[in-house]
Amino acid sequence: MTTATTRGSGLLSKARPRKRLVGTPGGWLIWGVVIFFFVHLAGVIGSVVVNSFATQWFDTWLPSGFTARWYAEAWAEFDLFDVLFVTLEIALAVVVASVILGVPAAYALARRSFPGKRLVMLLFLLPLLVPPITYGIPLATVLYRFNLAGSLPGVILANMVPSVPFVVLVMTPFIEQIDPNVEAAARMCGAKTSKIFIRVLAPLLVPGILAASVLVLVRTVAMFELTFLTAGPTTETLVVALYYSAFAAGIRAGQSIDAMAVIYMLTTLVLLIIALRFVDPTQLVARVKEQAAE
Amino acid sequence: MATGVERRAPGGAIKAPDQSGQKAALRHRLAERGVDRTLLLLVPGLAAMVALFVYPFLYGLSISFQPQEGVSALANYAEFFRDPFLRGTIGKTFWLAVPATIINVAAAIPIAYRMRGRYRGKRFLTIILVVPMTLGTVLVAEGLLSYLGPNGWLNRSLTAVGLIDDPIRLVHNYWGVLISLIITGFPFAFLLILSYISGIDPTLERAAATLGAGPWDRFRRVTMPLLAPGLAITVCLAFVLAFSVFPSAVLVGEPAGETRVLSIVAYRAAFEEFDYSMASTIAMIMAALELGVIALVLGWRSRLYRGSTSGGKG
Repeated sequence: MTTATTRGSGLLSKARPRKRLVGTPGGWLIWGVVIFFFVHLAGVIGSVVVNSFATQWFDTWLPSGFTARWYAEAWAEFDLFDVLFVTLEIALAVVVASVILGVPAAYALARRSFPGKRLVMLLFLLPLLVPPITYGIPLATVLYRFNLAGSLPGVILANMVPSVPFVVLVMTPFIEQIDPNVEAAARMCGAKTSKIFIRVLAPLLVPGILAASVLVLVRTVAMFELTFLTAGPTTETLVVALYYSAFAAGIRAGQSIDAMAVIYMLTTLVLLIIALRFVDPTQLVARVKEQAAE
Repeated sequence: MATGVERRAPGGAIKAPDQSGQKAALRHRLAERGVDRTLLLLVPGLAAMVALFVYPFLYGLSISFQPQEGVSALANYAEFFRDPFLRGTIGKTFWLAVPATIINVAAAIPIAYRMRGRYRGKRFLTIILVVPMTLGTVLVAEGLLSYLGPNGWLNRSLTAVGLIDDPIRLVHNYWGVLISLIITGFPFAFLLILSYISGIDPTLERAAATLGAGPWDRFRRVTMPLLAPGLAITVCLAFVLAFSVFPSAVLVGEPAGETRVLSIVAYRAAFEEFDYSMASTIAMIMAALELGVIALVLGWRSRLYRGSTSGGKG
């Protein structure tokens, strides 16, 4: 049987170089699981979207009528303009701060091996490995002591804890693949360190920095725990505001909560589409050998 | 370390006997070991990490030994392990996090294995898989409440088909939280494993096929050993995600009972009872347990082959 299949696939691969995805029972099973997952995912997202447009929806397949008034209501009721503005403000500040702190550190880690490097790497890895809530609670206490809790700088500082290491981890392999000879050549031709940074390194680093920034932006907008623990009433981001309204369900109409959820979903989707223009999610860890895969 | 370098400096002293020569020699020796001004670039990032992560963590550790009530420094820890209500949260957290991690990773391996390589629609598939990750647990919880609820589409479909007579209860209990962990965790595990599997050179498998290995043997003896280190990392990260479950445990779970996880009691201690000492104690126990699991997985990983996954020449 083995010989038959090898011979069969050999013939097929001659006829069609592209890999076959369906055909075997295992293949069908896997497609089944994937489709099962997506059907339910569509159900979950669809329920929120349909409910946000519903006039009333109790014991039927679809709501009795459709309206868009919940969006206006949610927009006014939850001060969504302010919330969106705060979210954007926090996310952009976190991106800028993390890039400023993270990229130089990544450069040093990529270019030098020095005693204690493993310890430094561990220090940058730990914040990504422990759950945010475990350091978020002591961090919130510390921020209270410095009167920063609930303020915009406090929330930004808290969100930097996972973002700076994230930038370091994304940028280190990126810088490693830039040939150090380029810098050496520039120096040999008489460029000063500042000039090397502006004229040689910066242009080479821009794609990596863009990718890292966009990923940090998406992560910060979706980061719930740290913002939840440190934010005050005026510094809630969209996801925290959504949690509070979902937690207090019953006070407001479910549709208006769902309208807010849709607004949140659209915000993250826009960011995600921007992110995917810069980053291929499958290439985050290793560079895919598409050529070798035929 | 600095003294050791100075002691080895005489070689430089012969060439340049004056004081500045000594200094240059020291700098030279340090530079040979990779210590030079470039490392100053690390300082801002490290300082931020120490101030925002290490210091709060140590501060939390110290106040966890300063209980509000009780005299002994370990009173909070004793209280945590004495009170069955608090102690039980450890079991509940693991009972959610371990199955969620296993399901996510175990389902991701065969799917990613099959979907490696190049085909039409791969990019589209990965894009829609990223969506639930960015939606986050809060939105997924909100969606699950209506989708899985007694009048939701799922129960409606199952009743219409005739599989069930009464709606099954999937929200406000254990299952709702587990499902939400799978929806947000599976795409993450899948994308990570897919990128690890794609990094394995397909020529290695073809070489194994040439030598007569069947599909199962190729998977088990070639792909799996090369994938295992990446798999360990994936298991760690998937476990971290599931272990810190918080919003969905409150919204779709039963926060007073079945899904009273560690993060919920830590949050309640801090922001509802204002007992920061107890909250820090719970946070420290949580961190210790989680790092213990990660250490176990990484310990297993350190015993594996971790070299290049690309085929060599010849």
